[in-house]
Amino acid sequence: MRLSPDELIFWQYDFIKLNATIVYTWGLMLVMVIGSKTITSKLSTGLERSRWQNILEIIVTGILEQIEDVGLDQPRKYLGFLGTLFLFIAVANLCIIIPGYEPPTGSLSTTAALALCVFVAVPLFGIEEQGISNYLKTYTEPTIIMLPFNIISEISRTLALAIRLFGNIMSGSMIVAILLTITPFIFPDLMIALGLLVGMVQAYIFSILATVYITAATRASKSRSETGQ
Amino acid sequence: MLIDWFTVIAQVINFLILVWLLKRFLYKPILNAVDARENKVANELKNADAKEAEAQKEKEEFKRKNEEFDQQRNDLLNKAKEEAQAERQRLFEDVREEASYLRAKQQEALRNEGQNLSQEIGRQTQQEVFSIARKILTDLTETSLEERAVDVFVQRLRNLQDNEKKQLASALSTSPGQVLIRTAFDLPQTQRDSIKKAIKETLDIETQPRFETLPDLVSGIELNTDGQKVAWSIADYLTSMQKSIDELLNEQPESKSKSEPQTKNNKAKTEPQTKNNKPRFENEPEAEQELEAETNEPRPKTESEVKTRPATEYNNPRSKKELETEQEFDAKQESEARQEPDAKQESEAKQKSEAEQMPDAKQGSEAKQESEVKQQSGNSPNLWPR
Repeated sequence: MRLSPDELIFWQYDFIKLNATIVYTWGLMLVMVIGSKTITSKLSTGLERSRWQNILEIIVTGILEQIEDVGLDQPRKYLGFLGTLFLFIAVANLCIIIPGYEPPTGSLSTTAALALCVFVAVPLFGIEEQGISNYLKTYTEPTIIMLPFNIISEISRTLALAIRLFGNIMSGSMIVAILLTITPFIFPDLMIALGLLVGMVQAYIFSILATVYITAATRASKSRSETGQ
Repeated sequence: MLIDWFTVIAQVINFLILVWLLKRFLYKPILNAVDARENKVANELKNADAKEAEAQKEKEEFKRKNEEFDQQRNDLLNKAKEEAQAERQRLFEDVREEASYLRAKQQEALRNEGQNLSQEIGRQTQQEVFSIARKILTDLTETSLEERAVDVFVQRLRNLQDNEKKQLASALSTSPGQVLIRTAFDLPQTQRDSIKKAIKETLDIETQPRFETLPDLVSGIELNTDGQKVAWSIADYLTSMQKSIDELLNEQPESKSKSEPQTKNNKAKTEPQTKNNKPRFENEPEAEQELEAETNEPRPKTESEVKTRPATEYNNPRSKKELETEQEFDAKQESEARQEPDAKQESEAKQKSEAEQMPDAKQGSEAKQESEVKQQSGNSPNLWPR
């Protein structure tokens, strides 16, 4: 019984190893890139368009709308990062219906990696938007005393992101595995359906949280400058 | 340990690669396509707006042109109507003018015809009158007409106005040898002497007049000198009668119904006076005339017969007008004949009696007499209308 697909190692050389997480991630990446490339290679700019193009347009524009709803002024600028985050998590979670598949998001290494990306990306976007000094000042808000707490909250929320996703997905996979041993019929399917729902919700939560963090980082100076001036 | 740091790093790298790939292959093309479509839709909407505006503009333009066209058409139609009206009016005027011209022409022709007819009648009447007069005169001259004509002429000389006398005297004194006395008959020496004497008495001038016989004078006598003329002839009576006939003729076409009873009245008036002794049928005037004419020739020449009906070629049937002239002629003849026994009667008195018998012709003949007298004593060399 494995808690994480990391434990399934196909090939290893010293500390370099190809475990199931990396391999499935590559597989997902291939599917996503090839699928999108296939669809977007024959895009039509007219009113007539293919169903696949229509689906991708709906997805992309939906993500854009969500980012905009959260409060980011230029959603296209953050679409690459936030959209990929959502799509990767969603696709990885949806693929649990494929037998023998283990979602890479069920590995704490993957979720930690994504959380790290967010952890790095938030200050980068914040600094890009309002300059490094302004961004760093946000840690001293409202007073300098809050600086350690702000730093702690920054780290803790990253940890929370990683653990939340990992816990949900891992628990879903675990429940399915356990149920398969007890009742091989019907119940695992229900749990898989539940796992699909949870996976979608988690993907949404993760990307929305990341958006909120970025928004907070980019808009803090704006609101302050607006109020200050 | 659940976290494998190599896997973490690998996943971070994988994730970044995925971000780049998706950006390149998914977001960019999809967003470009969406943008292009939105632009296209916006453009098309804009174009549609523009086209709609243009269509609206064209519609208004068309409407305006249509109205303009309607206006022009109405104008043209009205103009054509007016022109047609004017043309109709013009044609109407033309026709009216033509009609009036034709009517005038017709009237002219009628008038000419009437004139010709009256002239013809006058001419014929004159001829008849002359022939009758000649007949009478030839019948009577043998007895005493020359003497009486000379008497009347002498009387006229004596009765001339003073200024007329002066004029005549001056004319005679300038050329005493030029005095010419024309008569329709040969004057006996006693008559010539009496004329000479009368000239001397009235004008105190001794003259040696030349005497000429001229049958055209119609039982008349006239004295001609340098531009002056004193005359007496029955031709003037004939002329006045002609004039009264003309008046009657002119009256007749205007109001035939009016003039007819007049002529009948005339007839009724004159007939009993002239033909008292004749048997007649009062109710049939036309037949009566014919009867008379027929019975004219074989009858013995009683005095009354001679007075009223000299033997002429009156036997052919006549129209009423001619009968009328006959009546007038009768009256005239009668008055003349009446004049004959008393040779001293003057022409004016004679005219009066004639006028009494013909109330219609009275005015005309009187006026004629007056003008005649003036002409006779005046300077005009040509005194006689006929």
